[in-house]
Amino acid sequence: MSVIRFAGGRSVRFRPRALAAGTGCAVLALVLAVFALGSGDYPIGPADVVRSLVGDGDPAHDFIVNELRLPRVVTALLVGAALALAGALFQSLVRNPLGSPDVLGFTQGAAVGALAVVVAGGSSLALATGAVAGGLATGAVIYLLAWRQGVHGQRLVLIGIGMAAILTGVNGYLLTRGQLMDAARAVLWLTGSLDGRGWKDVLPLLVVMAVLVPVVLLGCSRPLRMMEMGDDAAGGLGIPVERLRLVLLAAAVLLASFAAAAAGPVNFVALTAPQLAKRLTKSPGPNLLASMATGAALLVGADLIGQQAFSGHQLPVGVVTGVLGGGYLVWLLAAERRAGRI
Amino acid sequence: MAPHGAPRLSGSDLTLSYEQRTIAEGLTVAVPDQSFTVVVGPNACGKSTLLRALSRTLKPAAGTVLLDGQDIASLPAKQVARTLGLLPQSSIAPDGITVAELVARGRYPHQKLLRQWSPEDERVVTGSMEATGVGQLADRMVDELSGGQRQRVWIAMALAQETPLLLLDEPTTYLDIAHQLEILDLCARLHEEQGRTLVAVLHDLNQAARYATHLIAMRDGRVVAEGAPGDVVTAELVEEVFRLPCRVIDDPETGTPLVVPAARRRVTAGGKA
Repeated sequence: MSVIRFAGGRSVRFRPRALAAGTGCAVLALVLAVFALGSGDYPIGPADVVRSLVGDGDPAHDFIVNELRLPRVVTALLVGAALALAGALFQSLVRNPLGSPDVLGFTQGAAVGALAVVVAGGSSLALATGAVAGGLATGAVIYLLAWRQGVHGQRLVLIGIGMAAILTGVNGYLLTRGQLMDAARAVLWLTGSLDGRGWKDVLPLLVVMAVLVPVVLLGCSRPLRMMEMGDDAAGGLGIPVERLRLVLLAAAVLLASFAAAAAGPVNFVALTAPQLAKRLTKSPGPNLLASMATGAALLVGADLIGQQAFSGHQLPVGVVTGVLGGGYLVWLLAAERRAGRI
Repeated sequence: MAPHGAPRLSGSDLTLSYEQRTIAEGLTVAVPDQSFTVVVGPNACGKSTLLRALSRTLKPAAGTVLLDGQDIASLPAKQVARTLGLLPQSSIAPDGITVAELVARGRYPHQKLLRQWSPEDERVVTGSMEATGVGQLADRMVDELSGGQRQRVWIAMALAQETPLLLLDEPTTYLDIAHQLEILDLCARLHEEQGRTLVAVLHDLNQAARYATHLIAMRDGRVVAEGAPGDVVTAELVEEVFRLPCRVIDDPETGTPLVVPAARRRVTAGGKA
């Protein structure tokens, strides 16, 4: 642990390794973003991309980079960071590496909201609203069902998994009720895709993150670290356990829902990014900042792969994260098994 | 400040329950200042529940816990945590945490967002690790330690909190007899040398009688007797509280009461019945 002291007795304490890993991931995310901005039917070199970004480029490049490709890349960065933060919060709150919004039913809830809108023939703005409403409603229902003199991790996980199964069934039913065209659009959304994303898709997520990220990182990350030792230990250290859990669950549900509204329920990022970050930083605690950077890098990287892997045919980003995440999950289970933990 | 003569920590007319199950009703206890108070009683008598209520981990359904004359539920959590520390029955050591980092977490109630590590924090954490004999383990991972070492690390964390009152819920569980006594000796030193008020839940009546300055015996959510161990621990009381016929003799080492359970079947010295 290193300490930096400032005038007036102020001090900040951090792990150099965690800081380096987090910074490294953030830099990687930005580098991948520059490559993503340069790739496509009309390739542009990284230097020209940067020149366009800082407003010093060729007008043709400016148009392609800033108008056509930037919204999609920014969406990828923000959705990746938001999902990863939501995942890190859930995993820390339920003290379980499988606790992520796509396992606990929040993502499926968002999908129910979105599909209901699609079946009713709503616009894409209505679809995003439906996703947020569905995610929040599911969050509230799971919290209330899990409440018994407080919400405990294990109960939340079990109720969440049950809820996810029920909602997956509901989603299947909704798909059969839609028109063929609507159902095809819905399936693409369900996979998670960044195709054709514009500023209006990313703006709500940006606003939510601008409010929640500072609140969570500055206000809640130290108390959250204490809560990993158990409710009683945290309570003994002066953490208002139940209130903090409610605030952080609400924040995580909001982040996951708005991310789903922007790009669909992209699989596995929320599950994988916090665990990758934990292994990179080798630090106890929720590693919120490093998780966000990892998630952003993961999603931009996955989208780049999806666009490049098969020439002339783009894969939705959710397919790539699904393959990567599934592989990771198998590796995690195998590693845990070797370590004798399961 | 507390009115003169009133103890710093007390609970009056407490009803304690988990969901629908009521553990205690009309329970009133006072923790004498500067005492080493030990709570004993059979399983499920409500002793841990009482400790959780006193540490505001459990909210009483009725009645109030007073800390320095104020309702503990009305005080800010962090302020309470600077006065009253708790060693819970089970805590989870986060993955990959070192001993020094875990002990440092005890400083949380004294820290702020922009005052995360003062020289005072450093001094107290080092002192707490030395007092509990885990100083040499500072850079070791907590999950590599033995049960006895780990328990001392948790106690070091509670010490680093620097609270005048410290509540310990079964601090000796899962430890062998030598480690049990080591922990209790440590508690006695904290009480005698640092003047802290300690409240511990213990299972072993003889250890309780040996170390406590004030003993609270509970059964079925009631306080059956309390006072100095020499006055409280009698054969009648043990029979009433634990339903255990026994003799009480003087501990040949300390002179405190020593409970010897009555033999239920004849056993000769040779071991054959």
